[in-house]
Amino acid sequence: MFEIFGIPSQAMFAQLLLGLINGSFYALLSLGLAVIFGMLNIINFTHGAQYMMGAFVAYMLLQYLGVNYWAALVIVPILVGLTGILIERVLLQRIQKLDHLYGLILTFGLALIIEGLFRDYYGSSGQPYDVPDALQGGHNLGFMFLPNYRAWVIGFSLVVCFGTWFAIERTRLGSYLRAATENPTLVRAFGINVPRMVTLTYGFGVGLAALAGVMAAPIYNVSPQMGSDIIIVVFAVVVIGGMGSIMGAILTGFTLGIVEGLTKVFFPEASNTVIFFIMIIVLLVRPAGFFGRSA
Amino acid sequence: MASAADISAIKLRRDTDLSLAVAAAALLACLIVAPFVLYPVFLMKALCFALFACAFNLLIGYVGLVSFGHALYFGWAGYLAAHAAKVWGLQPELAVGIGTATGAVLGLLGGVVAIRRQGIYFAMITLALAQMMYLVALRVKLTGGEDGIQDVPRGRLFGVLDLNNEMTMYAFVLVVVLAAFFLIYRIINSPFGEVLKAIRENEQRAISLGYRTDRYKLVAFVLSAALVGLAGSLKSIVFQLASLTDVHWTMSGEVVLMTLVGGMGTVFGPVVGAFLIVAMENYLAPLGQWVLVIQGAIFVVCVLVFRRGIVGELANWLRVKL
Repeated sequence: MFEIFGIPSQAMFAQLLLGLINGSFYALLSLGLAVIFGMLNIINFTHGAQYMMGAFVAYMLLQYLGVNYWAALVIVPILVGLTGILIERVLLQRIQKLDHLYGLILTFGLALIIEGLFRDYYGSSGQPYDVPDALQGGHNLGFMFLPNYRAWVIGFSLVVCFGTWFAIERTRLGSYLRAATENPTLVRAFGINVPRMVTLTYGFGVGLAALAGVMAAPIYNVSPQMGSDIIIVVFAVVVIGGMGSIMGAILTGFTLGIVEGLTKVFFPEASNTVIFFIMIIVLLVRPAGFFGRSA
Repeated sequence: MASAADISAIKLRRDTDLSLAVAAAALLACLIVAPFVLYPVFLMKALCFALFACAFNLLIGYVGLVSFGHALYFGWAGYLAAHAAKVWGLQPELAVGIGTATGAVLGLLGGVVAIRRQGIYFAMITLALAQMMYLVALRVKLTGGEDGIQDVPRGRLFGVLDLNNEMTMYAFVLVVVLAAFFLIYRIINSPFGEVLKAIRENEQRAISLGYRTDRYKLVAFVLSAALVGLAGSLKSIVFQLASLTDVHWTMSGEVVLMTLVGGMGTVFGPVVGAFLIVAMENYLAPLGQWVLVIQGAIFVVCVLVFRRGIVGELANWLRVKL
């Protein structure tokens, strides 16, 4: 067994993998936040709760209806995305013209409601969700053992992230979206239904969060507070990366996940605070974030 | 010759002073009578939260800065005050002083980082900083981790007055909190406070008038954090306990809720909001997790239809400033 900086390579690669997994979720969630922010100009505080909902709905579908993981991967984002559309239509649309602060407070309130409901029903302990049969087991790569499910999560989240990037940056629909972000009034004048686009964008962002939730279910326990735990870290990721760029959100998410994994190897005490430290340093050195337009 | 507008402005000013004085007198009378009617511990809790909310309101209501991480200053000040009283055996007034200083120092450090961005980024940064310090509190020895710091002695105030007597404790809390309220009121109405309000209304214009708005924001942040620290220290002495609850993000949310319900940017709003929310949590405690749901629902309702808050609506209806 060879060593890197005195650390057994086995341990190093295991943490690196864990970092990549966390990074996948950071990337998916900060991507959703960035897409929503671009269109609605609000920070979706409910994002963590919607990620948690994704995991829970997948769990409930399996538990009560016997719907398997693969079907859940499709159904759950749609179902949770629909609740997002409802939220946008009923609540967020009413406060569009107000100070950003109200959007933040409103979505914070929604997050409390959702988390409270799930906690009341399921308690705060976690529910297990099994890895789907097709992805059981793993491969020995020689330098490390790679569980199949983890490889799938990393691969699939890369596909989803870059798919989203492609849809927004390289397609006609995406160009409408970007145009509406810049100047909604002008885009409306061209006959494009901007309010509907805003609603669908929110639904899409929420769907992304729910998709991340489904993917997370077999890795972490499905618990009501899984959303609030991760969303604050994702906020730090978003502050570091800036929300101006889709690619920026993706890259920052993955990079910080890896950094977090490496910290676990070299300095385990700081592993869950390292992202916040990086945020502080970035703010002091480069306040606008790496990919941000200054706010 | 004074114009009609000047006269009405003077009249409004006089009305405002009068209404503020009446409201302050009514509040004071209530607070003096209250401990004979209600549980002093409940009242002290409400007073600590009222100060917490007022200090928070200094930022959100008067500078327009939304901090989603004020639990950091509340909780950590409480830890240091409790530690000073229990481990170092200091008198309560010194312990509270150390807690307040902790709030100020952490506020300076947090403020320097957070004011580098505006708007919702500011909110996210303060939340992230608070979460970082929550994770630190979970680990370090000083805070006692999951157990917190228990059995903090209340001690003797100035070495003389025994604070184990509930009424003496109440009197101490009331005097300190009222003094802090007065300080906040003076800050808001000082020339410094006017600059803060100018920053809230239009920061670019304030900059163009030659104000170094970053410095004003930082000073306001430190003042707010120090006063929040004072509230947190008092709370840990009153309850003889400093725990993780007070540094958790839900606490940061709670103070936003209190201020929002009472009325952001009003003098008395946060006090009213704090009493209401503390009372609500007291009565709804048996409902368990539903408290979270109800809090969330109040947030939503307030943002949709009740943005001025109770005191704000009242002031608007009476056409005075409260």
